Amino acid sequence: MNFNTDNCANCPAHNLSNLKKLGIDMSSYDYVVALAGNPNTGKSTVFNYLTGLKQHTGNWPGKTVTRAEGGFEYNGKKFKLVDLPGTYSLLSTSVDEEVARDFILFGQPDVTVIVIDATRVERNLNLVLQILEITDRVVICLNLMDEARRNAIEVDARTLSKELGVPVVPAAARQGEGMNELLKYIYDVATGAYICKPYRIKSKSKEMNEAIDKLSKAIQAEFPDLPNTRWVALRLLEGDQTIIDAIRNGELGNLQQQKILQLEESN
Amino acid sequence: MNKNLDRREAIIAEANKLRWELGENLHDILMENIYENATEIAKKAVKYPDKKLAFSFDRQLDKILTSKYLGFPIMFLMLGIVFWLTIQGANYPSSLLSELLVDKFHPLLKDFAVSINLPWWLTGVLVDGAYLAMAWVVSVMLPPMAIFFPLYTLLEDFGYLPRVAFNMDPLYKKVGAHGRQALTMAMGFGCNAAGVIATRVIDSPRERLIAIITNNFSLCNGRWPTQILIATVFIGSAVPAYLAGLVSAAAVVFIAILGIAFSLLVSWFLSRTMLKGEASAFSLELPPYRPPRILQTLYTSLIDRTIFVLWRAIVFAVPAGMLIWLVANLNIDGVSLANHFIRIVNPVAFIFGLNGVIFLAYIIAIPANEIVIPTILMLTVANLGIQGVGAGSGVLFELESANDVAAILQAGGWNLLTGINLMLFSLLHNPCSTTIFTIYKETKSLKWTLVSTFLPIVMGLTVTFFVTQIWRLLVN
Repeated sequence: MNFNTDNCANCPAHNLSNLKKLGIDMSSYDYVVALAGNPNTGKSTVFNYLTGLKQHTGNWPGKTVTRAEGGFEYNGKKFKLVDLPGTYSLLSTSVDEEVARDFILFGQPDVTVIVIDATRVERNLNLVLQILEITDRVVICLNLMDEARRNAIEVDARTLSKELGVPVVPAAARQGEGMNELLKYIYDVATGAYICKPYRIKSKSKEMNEAIDKLSKAIQAEFPDLPNTRWVALRLLEGDQTIIDAIRNGELGNLQQQKILQLEESN
Repeated sequence: MNKNLDRREAIIAEANKLRWELGENLHDILMENIYENATEIAKKAVKYPDKKLAFSFDRQLDKILTSKYLGFPIMFLMLGIVFWLTIQGANYPSSLLSELLVDKFHPLLKDFAVSINLPWWLTGVLVDGAYLAMAWVVSVMLPPMAIFFPLYTLLEDFGYLPRVAFNMDPLYKKVGAHGRQALTMAMGFGCNAAGVIATRVIDSPRERLIAIITNNFSLCNGRWPTQILIATVFIGSAVPAYLAGLVSAAAVVFIAILGIAFSLLVSWFLSRTMLKGEASAFSLELPPYRPPRILQTLYTSLIDRTIFVLWRAIVFAVPAGMLIWLVANLNIDGVSLANHFIRIVNPVAFIFGLNGVIFLAYIIAIPANEIVIPTILMLTVANLGIQGVGAGSGVLFELESANDVAAILQAGGWNLLTGINLMLFSLLHNPCSTTIFTIYKETKSLKWTLVSTFLPIVMGLTVTFFVTQIWRLLVN
């Protein structure tokens, strides 16, 4: 007889006892987790729940303009959690949105948790699709399910997960609902137990798709270590001067390292 | 190496060529694609209720709270209720605390210092300076904060603040400022430094500067208790007792509205002169109403705000208390430094309907608005002490009445006009040093930091000057 003793640890019912809220203790973490999402979807609430911190949350968009950091331990692994300012898009230029974009782009978190509003799925997906272009290690926290129920909106998390190719966890962070499952998926994606197959933006324009493919292949050949060539290709197509300069002087490979340093300094 | 360079240039050239082929509106196409993809996915995964019964409660409530005619009256009413509850509730615990900390514990501490033969000057600095300032901060500031902050946080948690911003938005647009300034202004009601940081949500530098400069006109954490206390002591006592709470609350609401009016006025002035330009468009999202979590709100607003602000006040009060004791006890020609200053400044302050004590207190309290009232109280007592009224320099005399504050200030020659002018000056004066530093960090400009610092002082002196002159014309 072969008893699988891991079953207990894997059962979501037991997971809460595996969570250790570490507050601001972020020493020697194993993984970095970023919290992204539209404004006022409950990122800070999720952040507070997981870290045990009491960052002020408020019911209005734009509560967090700088990033907050905290830590938690789960299944014996230490995680550093970074709460990013809420953004609608990664393609615009205001300071608060830059903080979020730069961190996901250059900070290279091991997992990016995107908190989305279950009552406004369609609009929230715009950001999700953009983030999925940059990183494929994503867990989606389908938050505010309580409000969706109150408004009789039905969101099928399974279909959503199948479409997007990443885990989708229904949750109501204010009540702590769904937090166990969220932790489990963060852990699985971080350790590589769950491999995401993220949805890529499909363009009806054939020329556009071909252009992106062509460019990203060329970039891949020149900078083989770059993880998000499709995104760089897109920015290049849009004529982003910083990206053009970075390719010209070959700093695209180093840009990452520099940006991380800058991010560290600015905080 | 050259090969590398060639290859990179080839990539850029390729991108340029492709961009040319794809046409100018590439960004729009891309955004359109994203929207289309999102719609498609959402269609598969989300089912909306047949009838639009959803949101109906929120919509109905929004219709009332943001209505053209009812929006503002409801806003003022809500503010009024919050202040009224604060004023009514803070009175008793405040006098209880001051009796305990100031009237009972302070003499005990002093006896103890004497019994262990502490040098008189050390007793002065520690017990009469540091401890007493701290005791005043706790007894004067704690009760209003412990009531005001949870109430304010409940409104915030419920989702009312964005509606306030929504109501204010057209006004800000009219004066050439960004509509989101209404949001940063609302944040300034908590803390101006936080409000200044929050202006990062405004992407036009011109409008962001306007929002930064005018944020100081939102009464902050440190100034609410000053307003509430002075309104209670001077304005509440000027009307029949049964109206006192109501009228004092109305007075504080009036000052808050005056602050909003000034922020609009200064925004208008700046966008016509130094910071010319048109207001840019933006979208403001009204979040859904959420049932406030009472217990959690109580907890976080106690820990986050009350304890945080109180701690900040205490940290600044301790050195300020020492400083106050020193300026009140270091003598030149037999007169204390504080008294020299007060005597020199008094004639000037008289023009503005204020007094030397208030000016000195505002200089000592630059690090934190929270300690203005305690500083004024200690300086007044010190000043009176020299004139032979109190027990000694910088030491608070014991008062049998629970209304210590009123008694001290009236003994210091204050009247209704002084009270009104202090409320005005508390609204219109330089930001605290933390906010000034934050403004410098955010603007990276000495010029705008100086403008944000001195503009409110000039305005404060102008307003108090006219109020005083008109008052004296009418009353005499």
